[in-house]
Amino acid sequence: MLDVSEIHTVEHDVIVIGAGGAGLRAAIECSAHGLDTAIVCKSLLGKAHTVMAEGGMAAALRNVDDRDNWAVHFRDTMRGSKFLANWRMAELHAKQAPDRVAELEDWGAVFDRTKRGLINQRNFGGHRFPRLAHVGDRTGLELIRTLQDHGIHQGFEVYMECKALNILKEGNTVGGLLCLWKETGRFMLIKAKAIIMATGGGGKMWRVTSNSWEYTGDGAAMAYEAGAELMDIEFTQFHPTGMVWPPSVRGTLVTEGVRGEGGHLRNSEGKRFMFNYIPERFASETADSEEEANRWLTGDDTARRPPELLTRDVVARAIYNEVKAGRGSTNGGAYLDIASNRPAEYIKKKLPSMYHQFKELAEVDITKESMQVGPTLHYFMGGIRVDADTQETAVNGLFACGEASAGLHGANRLGGNSLSDLIVFGKLAGDGAAAYVKGIGDLPKLSNDEITANIREATAPLNRSEGNNPFTLHDDLCDIMGEHAGIYRTEDGLGAGLDKLVTWREDIKTAKAHSSSQYNAGWHEALDLKSMAIVSQAVTMAAKARQESRGAHSRADFELEDKEYWGNRNLIISRGDDGEMKMTEYERPEPDAHLKKVARATVEELDAMVASGEVQI
Amino acid sequence: MAKRTFKIWRGNKEGGDFESYETEITEGMVVLDAIHQIQSESAEDMAVRWNCKAGKCGSCGCEINGKPKLSCMTRMNSLPDEGEIMIQPLKTFPVIKDLVCDVSYNYERNKQIPPFSPRAREADGEHRMEQDDVDRIQEFRKCIECFLCMDVCHVHRDHEKKEQFVGPRWMIRLASLDMHPLDVVDRIPLIKDKFGSGWCNITRCCTEVCPEHINITDNGIIPLKERVVDRFYDPIAMLMRKVFGDKKGHKKLPVVND
Repeated sequence: MLDVSEIHTVEHDVIVIGAGGAGLRAAIECSAHGLDTAIVCKSLLGKAHTVMAEGGMAAALRNVDDRDNWAVHFRDTMRGSKFLANWRMAELHAKQAPDRVAELEDWGAVFDRTKRGLINQRNFGGHRFPRLAHVGDRTGLELIRTLQDHGIHQGFEVYMECKALNILKEGNTVGGLLCLWKETGRFMLIKAKAIIMATGGGGKMWRVTSNSWEYTGDGAAMAYEAGAELMDIEFTQFHPTGMVWPPSVRGTLVTEGVRGEGGHLRNSEGKRFMFNYIPERFASETADSEEEANRWLTGDDTARRPPELLTRDVVARAIYNEVKAGRGSTNGGAYLDIASNRPAEYIKKKLPSMYHQFKELAEVDITKESMQVGPTLHYFMGGIRVDADTQETAVNGLFACGEASAGLHGANRLGGNSLSDLIVFGKLAGDGAAAYVKGIGDLPKLSNDEITANIREATAPLNRSEGNNPFTLHDDLCDIMGEHAGIYRTEDGLGAGLDKLVTWREDIKTAKAHSSSQYNAGWHEALDLKSMAIVSQAVTMAAKARQESRGAHSRADFELEDKEYWGNRNLIISRGDDGEMKMTEYERPEPDAHLKKVARATVEELDAMVASGEVQI
Repeated sequence: MAKRTFKIWRGNKEGGDFESYETEITEGMVVLDAIHQIQSESAEDMAVRWNCKAGKCGSCGCEINGKPKLSCMTRMNSLPDEGEIMIQPLKTFPVIKDLVCDVSYNYERNKQIPPFSPRAREADGEHRMEQDDVDRIQEFRKCIECFLCMDVCHVHRDHEKKEQFVGPRWMIRLASLDMHPLDVVDRIPLIKDKFGSGWCNITRCCTEVCPEHINITDNGIIPLKERVVDRFYDPIAMLMRKVFGDKKGHKKLPVVND
């Protein structure tokens, strides 16, 4: 019999789970509020998936084009989200991002500069003006290193290579966390008054993904089990440009910065096919000829943006359709060509990681040849449902921010809005947790029986004499999600997927790991399967329910947006009293009239509203 | 392609040995793919650290046929066509298990470095820096902390002087702070004493293994060594400092009205 008193136990005010941009920013804020704070993360500090972000962080700094302001950024975000984002979160994000970026500079970040010595900004899909503060194509690394090097002097603990397993509660109130040290296989109990989930998404349920191994939906799953709600989980972003060759790196990200810096997409016939895929909503703001698109590239203000810079959902579907129609590249993608438009030195300076990535992994020199690219599962717009201002979930003391939370991106995220999301809502989650912790007294009491049961569940794969290989089980899940919840979805396909997931959840109950508990990869994989089981079911269920195509969610059997019904609803998933997953439709309230007017305005109307002072910038 | 034999070091701090594994190699595979395939087929408890699998996080460093490399960026076709492929953990750090070692030394050293402290913002609230003035530190900030440079540093690897010399990763972090146009902290005395800049004998092994192609020695360590020499061993510079004060001497950019 396990004795809970023998488990190593520590106490903190707040635990942040995840050490990417959102988690680090939240921890910095908690420390600034004087809270005793700890981060728990699955990898070493500085290795989180944020390092993979390439293109930049969106903030209306107005350093490159002074026509930009928060209202334009807000409008771009709402339109990119297909009007399903949380209005308040999109407003907070657009207004606060510039201050958060400036703060990074005070903490040592070294962004690329304009000629006047200010932070440089680049163009990106869906952003009307050059808005992305960046460092070549390694902006995520700059963000994480800046927060890491600043954070280590703020006094918070970092428990590295430590996997969070279960949120512990008293009633509906957070009281602690059970976690597992990878190195020793020992458990640790952290008592705390608040938990901030900053665990990222769950792309590892698909085989072709840009995500790292950590992305197994742990935060969403733990929060769901603790009683929080998941929202918009059907919206999984397929980034249009992942590598397609060689097979072992299929899915690895090719930054949107390639297109932002002037890259063209062509099919096997040499045509710039994106001109055939311009949605009506963006037609008035998109170039309709190569001649106009090329003028835009030379800095001509009167030219409209090239169609390669349409939102990610549009570009991803276009590439998919070109390949399906037999006009794909030799390895089943589209050709992405920057070599014809920019000199070699410029490409190496602006896109150094892409240059090395293709040279070393695919033996392609992107300053001379085209890249081959295709859609790759990249991002979860949905996640844990939070209050827009405090980031608190439906569980008292449980907060969420970054990719793990839902709300800012609606049905489709704009490139560059992720890194700014991390720092804006990371900070707000820290503020929210601090206000909450100051308002409560003693630590909640935890149930020893619950802790014992959790440990027994976690160690079960080690104790089986026979069972399924966890790596093979993970592979099986990728087969199911790839086939049934891919870039195009159907009622029947999703239904069949749900059936297969039922069987698969039975299979993983017998996942078996080698008996050694020290740094045992198979065991950790087996534990991640549990998170993926919850999130894969939620994604598939919600995708089946949403009978329309909107943003990243494309239904072959419902090709159009349903403005009247689904345009006004978010899908919410939670655990029912019977323990089964339940789904409800949330009818969105009428938005703030002023915000609605800004988001729905034409470009000219918005300019007039700014000029008249109706919109304060 | 064909089956290849890998000899992978298996063990922990108590000891271990190379074990043989065979696996099928297909076109385009990197060493990390082969390791994963072996893990999934026949060694599921094998410890290997990795994250991004795109050369950006610096987690998967190990010694492949004796050379420190990122396993995710080492293509199988870059290795000899025949013979066994030897894979072992980075030698400089204590092993935890199999290919995973204890790199906590690096986190402790980073904490000892006085953090970035900027000068005040200009009157209009901006910090101004020219691109030319940040090119060099941006080179240093490409570091992905894979610690391959630390693995080959003779002062650490052969002489075990970890307490005396901070090692190449942290020398370029110090350089990125010392050459930062906005930073106002003087770290030169620390670079000389606590971080032991004099121990580096400029063999450039660190530069050779850097997967980010950072010119660690020539652009980072040597200029820092020169600054230490100027400060502590150059009589004319010492006199100048007595007369003109002890400033870092960064050139300040003129304020441009936007």
